[in-house]
Amino acid sequence: MAVITDALCPFCGCTCDDLTIVTEGNKIIEAKHACKLGAAKIMGHHRIKAPMMRTDKNGNFKEVSYEEAINETAKILVNSKRPLLYGWASALCEVHKKGILLAEEVGGIIDNTASVCHGPSTLAVHEKGLPTSTLGQVKNRADVVVFWGSNPVQAHPRHMGRYSVFAKGFFSDKGRRGRKIIVADVRKTETANIADEYIQVQQGSDYLVISALRAILSGHADVVPDAVGGVPKEQLVKLVDTLKAAKFGAVFFGMGLTQSQGRYKNIDNAISLIFELNSFTKYVIMPMRGHYNVTGFGQVCSWETGFATAVDFARGVPYYNPGETAANDLLLRKEADAAMIIAGDAGAHFPANSVRHLAKIPVVQIDPYWNPTTEVANVVIPTAICGIEVEGTAYRMDGVSLRYRKMIEPTHPTDMEVLDRITERVREIKGD
Amino acid sequence: MTLKVTLITGRTINQGANLENKTSSDYLEATAYCELNSKDAGFLGKPGSNVKVKSRHGEVIVKLKENNGNPDGIAFIPMGPWANAVIDPDTRGCGMPGFKGIPVEVEATNDRILLMKELIARYK
Amino acid sequence: MELLIKNGAVYDPKNGIKGDKTDISIKDGKIVDKVSSKASVIDAGGRLVMPGGVDAHSHIAGAKVNVGRIMRPEDTRSGLKPRTKITRPYTGYTVPNVYAMGYRYAQMGYTTVFEAAQAIMKARHTHEELEEIPIIDKGALTLFGSNWPTMDFVREKNMDKLAAYVAWGLLASRGFGVKVVNPGGGEMWGFGKNVTGLDDVVPNFDVTPRDIIVSLMKVNEMLGLPHSVHLHCNNTGKPGDYKTTLASMELAKQVRPSKDRQVLHVTHLTFNAMGGTNWGDFESKADEIANFLNNSENVTTDMGQLIFGSATTMTADGPLQYANAKLTHGKWGNGDVELEDASGVVPMYYARQVSVFSIMWAIGLELALLTKDPYKVLLTTDHPNGGPFVNYPEVIALLMSNKKRQEEIKTLHEAVHKRTKIPGIERELDFNDIAIMTRAGSAKVLGLLDTKGHLGAGADADIAIYDIQPDQIDPSVEHAKVKSAFSSAAYTIKGGEIVVKDGQIVATPMGRTFWVDASVPDQHTDIMMKDIRLKFKNYYSINLANYMVQDAYVTHPNVVKAGVISVEVS
Repeated sequence: MAVITDALCPFCGCTCDDLTIVTEGNKIIEAKHACKLGAAKIMGHHRIKAPMMRTDKNGNFKEVSYEEAINETAKILVNSKRPLLYGWASALCEVHKKGILLAEEVGGIIDNTASVCHGPSTLAVHEKGLPTSTLGQVKNRADVVVFWGSNPVQAHPRHMGRYSVFAKGFFSDKGRRGRKIIVADVRKTETANIADEYIQVQQGSDYLVISALRAILSGHADVVPDAVGGVPKEQLVKLVDTLKAAKFGAVFFGMGLTQSQGRYKNIDNAISLIFELNSFTKYVIMPMRGHYNVTGFGQVCSWETGFATAVDFARGVPYYNPGETAANDLLLRKEADAAMIIAGDAGAHFPANSVRHLAKIPVVQIDPYWNPTTEVANVVIPTAICGIEVEGTAYRMDGVSLRYRKMIEPTHPTDMEVLDRITERVREIKGD
Repeated sequence: MTLKVTLITGRTINQGANLENKTSSDYLEATAYCELNSKDAGFLGKPGSNVKVKSRHGEVIVKLKENNGNPDGIAFIPMGPWANAVIDPDTRGCGMPGFKGIPVEVEATNDRILLMKELIARYK
Repeated sequence: MELLIKNGAVYDPKNGIKGDKTDISIKDGKIVDKVSSKASVIDAGGRLVMPGGVDAHSHIAGAKVNVGRIMRPEDTRSGLKPRTKITRPYTGYTVPNVYAMGYRYAQMGYTTVFEAAQAIMKARHTHEELEEIPIIDKGALTLFGSNWPTMDFVREKNMDKLAAYVAWGLLASRGFGVKVVNPGGGEMWGFGKNVTGLDDVVPNFDVTPRDIIVSLMKVNEMLGLPHSVHLHCNNTGKPGDYKTTLASMELAKQVRPSKDRQVLHVTHLTFNAMGGTNWGDFESKADEIANFLNNSENVTTDMGQLIFGSATTMTADGPLQYANAKLTHGKWGNGDVELEDASGVVPMYYARQVSVFSIMWAIGLELALLTKDPYKVLLTTDHPNGGPFVNYPEVIALLMSNKKRQEEIKTLHEAVHKRTKIPGIERELDFNDIAIMTRAGSAKVLGLLDTKGHLGAGADADIAIYDIQPDQIDPSVEHAKVKSAFSSAAYTIKGGEIVVKDGQIVATPMGRTFWVDASVPDQHTDIMMKDIRLKFKNYYSINLANYMVQDAYVTHPNVVKAGVISVEVS
């Protein structure tokens, strides 16, 4: 029996680093301190055993060697005019670097799962920047915390305990009792149930509600109608008073803003609100990132290409224009003529029409697990699980970079190894 | 009857806990359902019965559930392949499909819920 | 591997060589007295030869640089260059990608560059980027000026604990030196406030910026660190800030240097020599700063020269950046780091017609031209705050040619005549001065003059050859040729390997990362760590076990030893 302390959880953007992992032989038998999400991933699920291939997507897969599968992947990528390399969020930064190099080599487009998550938040950052901080600032200082279109009880179960609601810190030694918690959402979620104030926003009206708050904050309450987006004016006026009374306020937003009408404009408006609140007191804002290293892909892609995601290498130089070069745009326009899906599940998380196009083009899946992407794949390459069987770097939702330890020995090759071999084979085929 | 509501999709803890387990019945149970408040659900049948959710973009059979956190006229399906059968693929020029705020019609049905494999097979 | 550079007009200030035709012999990456007849030969043909450029203050890697990239796709879209068989794609102007960062420095003949600020908690990110920057040697300075342990130990007046913390913080961040930004202000910005001068008391910590600066200078010298304390002053970027700058420089008199260098490096003076009381009566006070430098021996500075056009300001000075964002009404990035410091990123456009920017343009040049000793004013643009580093050749040309300056002045706001002294300054620097400000001086300021910034035996074989013949050019008149030559080295040699030929990258070896391993008595570390463990137990949002930068992030280390026990450089 072996015990690993201070282990990091490879599930969500909280990247909790206080897990104790107990192993026996090469098996994890306990993941102490992990939440239900983390424990489910760490304790493990049924894995794909060996590489598989098929030509007919309705046919059965045949087990093949890694060499065959890697060779076929390289052929697919080289023969494609517009290959899409998508996923990456459940992989370490070391994998991202190799993925970006491969995308360069094949003149492809690389995009990550932020595309269907916080991609619009990045667009808003292009417009307004991002006044933010590390999570420890919230833990130590925050006396007002707003969750807008985010539901940590379901999606980031330990966020509230470690960082934002119950956590005690230097200036916040009372923990929950010293904080006002506000939830703005379309539904009264479990997070709303533990809040001091719930703002029920009519679906798709977030932009209006934020605009009303900005108007009230800037002294123009007179132009605000009796109700905005389903929220009574009195409640909005009271909310502004609460926000202004904070010594340190934090706003955590989720897909309630990024996926609703207005998309990135909702976040653009929310960032403007934060900018203006800083004239009164201290405020920060932060996206609640989903996968544990979706933030890392944005970081790596930015320092390597200058752009955070949706980067098209067809011209030899990075080109970026989400709405044109994001994964769903390429698939819906039927432009991608091959796809490599790695550490992300387009089959499960893309709209039907995007999956329909994936079902028509050669698809390579690199993943430890069988999922809807497997159903539309031609080549399947199972790999080791990053953050459990492979050590390396990931970025917490606040941009703090952390090193994941290996908990057990891998039973499959790593993503890094597989990508290296694909790149090598691509170069051979191209005669470079 | 047919109930006209606005659909939103999103994460849940059970959906997340089965993210690496998508061939299982646990995943189907965690994601192939539609939540309405008891008043709205009452128009359609008993919780646990099947409903058909239809939008301009597709249709899907899921299980009916009650959640009184939902205001009138708001339906919720956990993110995943069943929800994505009916969401709006249009990215409005910013890469992000319409996963929330889709007008849908919901009605009682005796049709069964497709397994993940069957659901994806419809796209081939 | 042997290499011989013949017929170069060599400028090597440390060794007193001023344009003499001197052969340079290289063996196994080092400069040696002589090589065998088998050595490959580069005939410099009378062209200008200098040590590889050394930049002591530039923002090239880490969290705030990447925030700049993420905020500014419009910047990434400029400066694009496709990949080749040798190079990855180049992107960006003010915030280049990691590859362009290394390639462009090398193409200018620079071979060593130091990132000017990293918070310990985000140092892993800095090193991840440094690991991807090709060719150049590099390192990063670590922020200590608002860290809670720093302020605790300063308040306790316990210099042993503070020294132990600095040594441990450098190890934790794989840092090269002590950076102090708006001391105390970083903590106060945590609640949206700031200090207004050296004697404001930081609430809850009961220390003043003065206490912090003096204490860190003391322990810096106790530890015998190669570099001195590197200070971004309080009040930076505000009209009238020159008074705080002068008062901060005065503090250096309280501490004796432990080695042959300054005890305080005050950085990016373009932003710290501002007179007036508001942006309306704003004026240059570079002359007063230069006057101080001319009468003091233990303070050095760098220009932080303003370059007209696009810039991305980025600094740990969070409140300054919020003020800037309020001026521009544009994008605002803020990135406070728990228990450590603040930071902010704001894009800027320096237009010639704006009085303030015309005056700021003059400040950097005045400082360099009015300060007699070029070892006291390094050439920087505080990349990318004053402007991107690719403009160093422009700055060199301005310093070497009064004619060029007068031509420029004609295009600026008239305030440059009334509120600066630059129109009347006739001094023109020579190649030796430039070699000091970009090589020998920066290496000396960093404490690396044994192996960097000179061409004597034992130095790293980092060499630049430029396509001009010093004895056949009048830089005062032919400033365009000077600028062009420094923009695109005929050869850049890094560690004995030719990496640039005729301005093109021909090889991309990985450079080394310099960091300082300073030893302190174990009992001091033990006592200090008791406090640190409590900080992690109660306040940090990560565990101590996951805090320190691991070896995996410094794959080409160059460890410089220091410490109270032994002062020895390897």
